[in-house]
Formats: sequence, structure tokens, C-alpha cells
Amino acid sequence: MLKDITIGQFFPGTSPIHRMDSRVKLLLTIAFIVMLFLAGNIYSLCVGVAFTILIYVISRIPFRMILKSLKPIMPIIIFTSILNLFFVRSGDVYWEWKFIKITSEGVNTAVFMSIRIICLIIGSSLLTYTTSPIDLTDGLERLLSPLKKIKVPVHELAMMMTIALRFIPTLIEETDKIMSAQKARGADMETGSVFKRAKALIPILIPLFVSSFRRAEELALAMECRCYHGGEGRTRMKQLKMHLVDLIGALVVAAFIAGVVVVNRLVSQGAAV
Amino acid sequence: MSVIKTENLSFVYGEGTPFRKVAVDNVDLEIGEGEFIGVIGHTGSGKSTLIQHFNGLLKPTSGSVYIDGERLWDDKARLRAIRFKVGLVFQYPEYQLFEETCYKDIAFGPRNMGLSEEEIDKRVRETARLIGISDAMLEKSPFELSGGQKRRVAIAGVMAMEPKVLILDEPASGLDPKGRAKILGLIREYHKEKKNTVMLVSHSMEDVAKHCSKILVMNNAKVFCYDTPVNVFRRAQELESMGLAVPQVTRVFNRLRAMGCAVDDEVYTVGFGKELIMKALAGRRAEP
Repeated sequence: MLKDITIGQFFPGTSPIHRMDSRVKLLLTIAFIVMLFLAGNIYSLCVGVAFTILIYVISRIPFRMILKSLKPIMPIIIFTSILNLFFVRSGDVYWEWKFIKITSEGVNTAVFMSIRIICLIIGSSLLTYTTSPIDLTDGLERLLSPLKKIKVPVHELAMMMTIALRFIPTLIEETDKIMSAQKARGADMETGSVFKRAKALIPILIPLFVSSFRRAEELALAMECRCYHGGEGRTRMKQLKMHLVDLIGALVVAAFIAGVVVVNRLVSQGAAV
Repeated sequence: MSVIKTENLSFVYGEGTPFRKVAVDNVDLEIGEGEFIGVIGHTGSGKSTLIQHFNGLLKPTSGSVYIDGERLWDDKARLRAIRFKVGLVFQYPEYQLFEETCYKDIAFGPRNMGLSEEEIDKRVRETARLIGISDAMLEKSPFELSGGQKRRVAIAGVMAMEPKVLILDEPASGLDPKGRAKILGLIREYHKEKKNTVMLVSHSMEDVAKHCSKILVMNNAKVFCYDTPVNVFRRAQELESMGLAVPQVTRVFNRLRAMGCAVDDEVYTVGFGKELIMKALAGRRAEP
């Protein structure tokens, strides 16, 4: 049950996308988001969809991972679709009942928005599927390093993020274990009122907190033993380097963005004519 | 009648993913009432997964588990009742302590059973006495105690439910030799006094050999053998080939036999070994 959470879940592989530099991937993800928002109509959005499909095919991430990443945002998609469906009032009227009116525009916007959100989520999840958390924070640290000049503790933030990501699976495992242990003592977490169920969480949360603090202390000690003293003068074992693959990736994204812009133009011209 | 019975029990982790792993493979077992059973097997042999089936924490992928003749998972609502019948103490149980005082923590299980305050009090105090927790300690926070004491409080928390079967997963791991001996001694004491079935999962052949009436050896998700210690340790070579050591004293006597000394091969406790040596020495002295 708890193992279904996919935040920061890395799916190891050797595809070109896996091999790309994490900094480039981060920037390209932002470019991808821009691309989706540039798409002004359903045709140019199709270019974005094509891009999303393309990167998934290249990365060889299994299809069910996509479904998994979509599951938690399904309510949002449904909610925005319904809003658009009922509140966009222009266009041909398909169906009318009292104050409810469903129009062609409404249907179009609902579909358009849903596709955009879905692409947004699954496209940007690919970043975490194909980049190990360590690489990701490394890339982030490098990208944000100019901010050090204005006293933003970039290294510390990146380190905190690395540690947090690293400990998510550990904490999940720990929670599973404690839950089993308390269940074995007859703790009942599945039935009863909301209040009762919240109370039933105490035997799980307290040991979890205690062990998190213990872990944090041990980790801090271990880091100090290895002379960790922050980012100052710290070198890396794995230097980030750009390769041909990164250049190709950037060019492909640029091509698709150009594609979106061109299709936008063409359609608006077509509409004008 | 057997208190635990399994039929073709199998459990697979991560079915349908690249991480698929068979953890328990077609296990048929029958465990009699009042026995003291040692479960051994090296890491990943499936022993921890197997024992989690006995109180319905894991659902078998196929096959079935019977507790007291009742098939688990036929009625999910009965699982909680089963968990009171089969008490499971996890590895490092002290990490599950959460109450303000040891007393309250030990009372957590019995309270979940819906017992009266009187009965809860009786059980907590009795278990505490049995496992060597003083009244003063009962009023302390479990986080103030030493590692060994915490461990005992946590074990008491399960014992206080007075389960028909008590299963302990490596109850002595991570403790110093003195703490080990104390915990294992107390568990033995508990078995003697309550006459309940006890299952002890362990890595240490010595511990298992010393205390158990029967030994279950797991290897590669399967039951390698389930027999009395004498019969199990007779297969020393096979055990060693799967990475399990027989008790040191058994190894010494096996070597002695290989060197030509006439010794029984059923030596698996130091006490018995000593007796044999003394006897042999006495015999030699009488000879000339």
C-alpha cells in the first residue's frame, strides 16, 4: 500500500535520456513546460503530445509507471474538466437544462486542459524516473550555484534534498514495519470513526519520529566523522559533463518548441482566413 | 492437534514487476501444541516472511494457513482475533515502543483485546515479573531504559496478550552476550511456565540447539528439514554447504570422530559434550 508512492522514484536504465546530464534535463524539463503552455490550440498541443510520447518511447519506461504517476492527480484533472465543461459559455450549445449549459467551446477547453495537465505531469515525471536523486540534486546545485553570490545556501539546500530523497524509501519501509508490529499487537487502523483512526496513528507516528531523530543523529555523526563541513572547497567524484547526447536532446526540444510556435501561427492564420 | 498448519504455502514479493521474488515456496508444515521450535536459515531464506503468515500479516500468494484448525483469510474480520492467538515479536521490537510508561506500553496489546482493567493490570504485572521488569521500571518511560531492558519491555508487550503461540524474530540480535543469554533464558522460562508454543527465529545454531525441542531449517524459500536437533545436526555437511554452521561443539566432536575417537554424533550442547569428555577421561584412567 505504502509502496505505491512514486515521488523521486528512479527507474534505472541505459537509454539516451538516462545518460543525459542532469542539468540539461532540468533545463529541458522547464523548456518542455514552456512548450506546453505556448501551445495555444489543440493542433499545436498535439506536437507537445507527440514529444511526450517520443521521450517515453526513447526512455523505455514501462507504461504502468505513467498510469501510476497520473493516479494522484486524477481528481484535479476531473475537477478542472468539470469546471471548464460547465462554465465556458461561448460556442454552439450542445445541451441545456435550466442554468446548466454545455457548449462546444466548453467541451474543447475541457479536453484541451486535461491533455495539457496530463502531458505536464507525465512529461515532468520522466525527469525523476530517468535521473537518480543524487544526480538530480547535483544538477540542481550546479544550476543554482550563481545564487551563492547573494548568500543563498545552495549547497546546504541541495544536501538536505539529497538526504530527504535518500530517506523516503527507508522511512516507508520503517513505517511498514512499525505498522505490522502494532497490528500484531492488535492495533486496529482500518475501522472506526475518523477520530478513532487518527488516534490509532499515534502508536505508529511516535516510534517513527523517535527513529527518525535517531537516524538523523547517526547520520550527522557519520558525516562529521568523514570531515564533512559544508560545501566550501568540496570536490566531486563524479564531475558533470556535457555530451553529444545533451546537445541532441536540446536541439530536439528546440525543434519541437519551434514546431509548436509554427503550428500556432498556421492555425491562427487559418482562422483569420 | 497441530496449532499451526500450512498447506502448499507460497508467497511472492512484487508479482508482475522486475523485482519479483519467491520468498516462501510451497511450504507444508505442522506445528504441535506446546513445542519450542527454532527456526534457522540464513538471510533471505524466507523465515521472516514465513512467520508473518502465521498471524495474518501477510496474505499467502497461494496455499493456506490454519491456526487451531481455522483457515486464515476466509473471514478477514477474524484476523484480529487470530493476532491475539499468535503473538509475533518483530526484530528490534524496542523500536515500536511508544507509550509514556512501560506499563502502558505493555498494556497496549491486552487493551486492544478488550480486557477489563483488572485483567490488564494482572497480566501486565505478571508478564513484567516473568521477564524481569521491576515495578519501578514499569513507571518509567521506555525511552529511559537501556537497550536490553527496552527489548524486554517490548517482548513483554506481546507476551501479555498470552498468545497460544509466541513467535520471536531474532529476539537477541544486537545484544551483548550477557543480554542474549538473559533474553533467551527468560523466553525459555516463559515456555516452561506457560506451556505455550514458542517459535524462535535465530541465526545462532548454539541458541537454537540449547533451547529448542525441534528445529525448522529454511533454505532458498523452502523447508530444508523440520526435525529434532539431533536429527538436524546429523546433516552437518548439508547444513554447512548452505552456509549454516552447526554448533561449534558439534563441529569439535565431528572432528574428533574423524580423528578416530569413538564419540556419539549427537553432541550439540556444551554441557553434554563436557559430560562425554569427562566420561572418556574417566574410562582412560581406569584402563591401565
